[in-house]
Amino acid sequence: MTEKFLITDKNEKLIEKINEISGEVVTLCEQCGTCSGSCPVVEDMDITPSNMMRLAELGDEEVLETKTIWVCASCFTCTTRCPRGIDVAKVGEALRQIKLRKAVDRMDIKDIPEDERNILPQLAIVAAFRKFTG
Amino acid sequence: MRIGVYICHCGGNISDVVDVKKVVESVREQDGVGFVRDVEHMCSEEGQKYIIDDVKEQNLDHIVVASCSPLFHEKTFMKAVEKAGLNAYNFEMANIREQCSWCHFSKGAATLKAIDLVNMAIAKVRLDSPLERNKLPIGRKVLVIGGGITGIQASLDLADSGFEVFLVEKEPAIGGKMAKLSKTFPTEDCATCIIGPKLADVAEHPNIHLFAYSEIEDITGYLGNFEVTVKKKPRYVDMEKCVACGICADKCPVKVPDEFNEGLSMRKAIYIQNPVAVPRKYLIDEKNCKRLLQGGKICGICEKLCTQGAVNFDEKPEYLKFRVDTIITATGYELFDAEKKKVYGYGKYTNVLTALQLERIIATGSSGPPLRPIGKRIAFIQCVGSRDEQIGRENCSRICCMYATKLAQLLKRLDSSRDIYIFYTDLRAYGKGFEEYYKRAQNAGIKFIRGRVAELREEPLTRKLILTSEDTLSRKIIKSEFDQVILSTGIVPAVSSEKIADILKLARSADGFLQEAHPKFRPVDTLVDGIFIAGCAQGPKDIPDSVAQGSASASRAIRLMNKGIFEVEPIVAFVNEDLCDGCELCINNCPIKAISILDDKAKINEIICKGCGMCIASCPKDALDLRYYTNKQLEKQIEAALKTKEKGDIRILIFADNTCTYRLADNIGTARLSYPTETRIIRVPSGSRITPKLMLYAFKAGADGIFIGECDSRASPFTGSVEKIRENVNRVKGILEQEGISGERVRFSELLASLLTDFYKNVTEIVKLIKKDLEPIPDEKREKLWEIAQKELFLEKVSDKDD
Amino acid sequence: MKIPYYPGCTLKTKAKNFETSAIAVAKALDIEFVEIPRWNCCGAVPSLSDDDLIRHIAPVRNFIRVEEMNQDGIVSDEHRIVTLCSMCFNTLKMSNLRMKKNKEDLRKINDVMYLEKEHYKQDVEVVHFLEVLKDIPPSKIKEQIKNPMPELKVSPYYGCTLLRPKEVGIDDPEDPLIFEDLLSTLGLNVVNNPLKTRCCGSYQVVSDKNIVSSLVYDILTNAKKNEAELIVTSCPLCFFNLDRRQKDIIKFHHNFEPIPILYFTQLMAILFGLNEDAFKFEENYVDYKDLFERKELASK
Repeated sequence: MTEKFLITDKNEKLIEKINEISGEVVTLCEQCGTCSGSCPVVEDMDITPSNMMRLAELGDEEVLETKTIWVCASCFTCTTRCPRGIDVAKVGEALRQIKLRKAVDRMDIKDIPEDERNILPQLAIVAAFRKFTG
Repeated sequence: MRIGVYICHCGGNISDVVDVKKVVESVREQDGVGFVRDVEHMCSEEGQKYIIDDVKEQNLDHIVVASCSPLFHEKTFMKAVEKAGLNAYNFEMANIREQCSWCHFSKGAATLKAIDLVNMAIAKVRLDSPLERNKLPIGRKVLVIGGGITGIQASLDLADSGFEVFLVEKEPAIGGKMAKLSKTFPTEDCATCIIGPKLADVAEHPNIHLFAYSEIEDITGYLGNFEVTVKKKPRYVDMEKCVACGICADKCPVKVPDEFNEGLSMRKAIYIQNPVAVPRKYLIDEKNCKRLLQGGKICGICEKLCTQGAVNFDEKPEYLKFRVDTIITATGYELFDAEKKKVYGYGKYTNVLTALQLERIIATGSSGPPLRPIGKRIAFIQCVGSRDEQIGRENCSRICCMYATKLAQLLKRLDSSRDIYIFYTDLRAYGKGFEEYYKRAQNAGIKFIRGRVAELREEPLTRKLILTSEDTLSRKIIKSEFDQVILSTGIVPAVSSEKIADILKLARSADGFLQEAHPKFRPVDTLVDGIFIAGCAQGPKDIPDSVAQGSASASRAIRLMNKGIFEVEPIVAFVNEDLCDGCELCINNCPIKAISILDDKAKINEIICKGCGMCIASCPKDALDLRYYTNKQLEKQIEAALKTKEKGDIRILIFADNTCTYRLADNIGTARLSYPTETRIIRVPSGSRITPKLMLYAFKAGADGIFIGECDSRASPFTGSVEKIRENVNRVKGILEQEGISGERVRFSELLASLLTDFYKNVTEIVKLIKKDLEPIPDEKREKLWEIAQKELFLEKVSDKDD
Repeated sequence: MKIPYYPGCTLKTKAKNFETSAIAVAKALDIEFVEIPRWNCCGAVPSLSDDDLIRHIAPVRNFIRVEEMNQDGIVSDEHRIVTLCSMCFNTLKMSNLRMKKNKEDLRKINDVMYLEKEHYKQDVEVVHFLEVLKDIPPSKIKEQIKNPMPELKVSPYYGCTLLRPKEVGIDDPEDPLIFEDLLSTLGLNVVNNPLKTRCCGSYQVVSDKNIVSSLVYDILTNAKKNEAELIVTSCPLCFFNLDRRQKDIIKFHHNFEPIPILYFTQLMAILFGLNEDAFKFEENYVDYKDLFERKELASK
């Protein structure tokens, strides 16, 4: 089914919020697709990174409900290669923050199986909690 | 003195915001104003007629027009003033549109500012004196630097028109990059076939002196009088004797990569650049010839074999000097070095080639085995070295979309089983026949994928390439194997252009190409009279556009030379000989050496002088000044700008250089961006005109802050102005701090006419700072600053020198 | 030379082998790692939002400790912090850059930390041990090699945080050579891996280890295609992902041959012939001993 997109004031507000948190100007994205081609985890995402930027540029709230923003590993390859100089990783973070700041955590410690918890380096646990909880 | 003042309504553009009646009333009361008229459209024929009639009937001797920006209509009004019988330089404009009604929305404040701006123009016009444009003789000799298609076109146009052309080309043969191409888009003409006749014409034309394998050593002088020194590099082969039989090359033992074939094949140390080179003469590569490197009796096979005795290992470079009247710079371009884009592995992976390499492969395709075998599945990667902030080249190179489309079609036609993909970001098919050509390519089954390739990896065994890219239109990730990947490398400024620009002191644009005098109306002129630019040296473009610019530059040169005389702009520095004591401090302060000493007094070469005013700050006796922007005129403008300041108000003076900042301020107005009304803009040829003394005068007269804007150093027509302004500003900051006043009140910024936000940011920041964070300057402090300006400014400077 | 050393939480526990081997190797090269007193966790990942300053407090506190160390004479005129863990390196350096770029933020942070003796004055430089090693003359390093292994084919794995973003990276993110140069100086046969800078999946291992497994599979197979026998790394998380997840890879790819992973300092410790305590291998999942025995290389 093709989708409809209705332009309202809410879109502009979301774009401003994203720009504010990330410090980037999302409308600079020219949709070249370099970020998607560079992303190591793109195959596990539901929308590509450039699609994420597209929805961010439009101020479409749908982007906040994607799996994509949580699969990101913050590896910064997209940022290093973006021909417009956009820090795409920071835009992804801004989208995550918008969700997390509504006090909705993405992950709970109880979700980690015990045998994993015993062997995981602290680094991983701290990082995961920084990224997935508010 | 009877000054006539015209206030334009500009059809509402001004009168909707500025209360024109109020301005008229206020102006009537000014000293020396004999007549005031407000007009709907001053620039119309009616408006201009008013000037002509009023000068006669009202006995006017000076004119002020308050309307749009002088950058728009200054020349028009000056002509009208001259037609009315007055000197064109007894005329001033007040910019109350772009710099007032269009950028301020508060009617009261805008009207007050407009009144000030008109009064500033009146203050300046009171001190205007008539200036004459000197007429100098000019001959019919032109130097064309660069023998590519652009230089060739310019040379032929000039030579056919009866002018004498000196064409200098650094490569051994003329023809430039075009001579390397296979076919040209969109017509698929064979490049060498169509350029061939032009090359022959150049070689045979009686009016063209061709210096191939030569470089510009130095150029001094000015329009009508350029002294050129050319270095003819030694070929070690006598051009008169060589018949290009080729025996020498057959037996030469040294093989090196052939640059003409982009390194895909080898040539000998003695060689001819390509089989149809013009001039058709061999030469020896001194970097690789055994005899030339090691001397003695080593090798010398070519000399022994040559039946004409043309080889001469003792040849030395020859230096030629001659005089020309105008110069055309057509130094062309270079292609982006693909090795810099490491993700594509050029130089590491065998099957990654550049587009120019593919051109050579196709062009030599019929004369033997291919330089490289080309497989079935090919990918083209667009925008390599263009539109990419990561490697510092933001510009689009214009030709790559089309040349890739062309190369793809040629490959497909040579082997229809090929599967060809072009990975692009935007497909730019803007020219005549381009869109149709693109359609033909799609019709032939060439696939255009909208996605910028992220990376290439080589399969170690097959050496094929795995290409990863998103197809942004289907949102799928492509990760597939290709036999060859062709990089569509972009156009970058040539190193030789940089060298010539340094010699001629030509400005560069933000993208590094040579800068044209005006982006719309003077695309092949430079800001240096008599020097023109054409072709890719000015910016990326294809062959028809290059040829057009070649002809355009020839026509501009002819325009200057054809009448046998030219007029010199009179806005130059001058010396008040009564005050000058021959101290010579100014001589080294002119970066183009326009000042000399004659009879113990400084003398300005008015033909070289560009009127920047940088020298003025170095004169301890106030003996140097600038016509049309004299010290007194600037002082009076400053006073008029500050006259209506009330208690509690602040005033920021903005000294805007004519080339960039003033234009930028206009652009801000055109874009309807609003900035604080406490600002007053004063136009100067260069920010370096504003001496420390003038800045301190401004503070004494009531200014609360000063902002100086100047073109950034690469775009500036005035060498050294940025450093000079920085020096002047630091001087003043030091003096302010010394007196307990914040140095932040004086600000300097390098600007470009295209960057609106920079101007806007600077102005709003300085106003905010002064309004909110700083205490007003007490009057006694202001007086003290002026005392320092008059007594101590140069004392300090001279003692600095001693230290 | 004494240099302030920031361990980070993992190096004291799960990655203790990294620390002990590094300290021993440094000592052999006349470098003493002086642990920063009262250091605290840096936060593991740098704060990527522009508007939450609070996450920079943790790194900055560590910088203040360095200044105190200088004042108390524990080190003299040494304003660098050396880290081993790539992620700590990245987090600390990102915070440092933010403080240097934005004076207003620095002021706010100094204000919040009013209980600290000192204000952070922006003069600390964050370096990674690889950068310190780069500055040592190669001859000095070569002198220490008691167990040369010229036939050992080693492939370095950089991961992301050592190289990206560009302003933090210790070398060019697309084609770095700093690790290779060190391994060459150590007399090893350095093998290229085109995926040496590809992310291992990092913290995704906590929520979805399959993502990590497939990434690691690609990285390791590519290294092996180029004949690598051993992979060295500098990050406890990369180590964990590359090492432990091989167990999961075998479930999906039955023919997968495990490849040993070591911290580069462990390898250096072996080459320098240091005492086994120095390199403590119990934490490794994939056994390295086979490899060394096969090559008759290890002396212990």
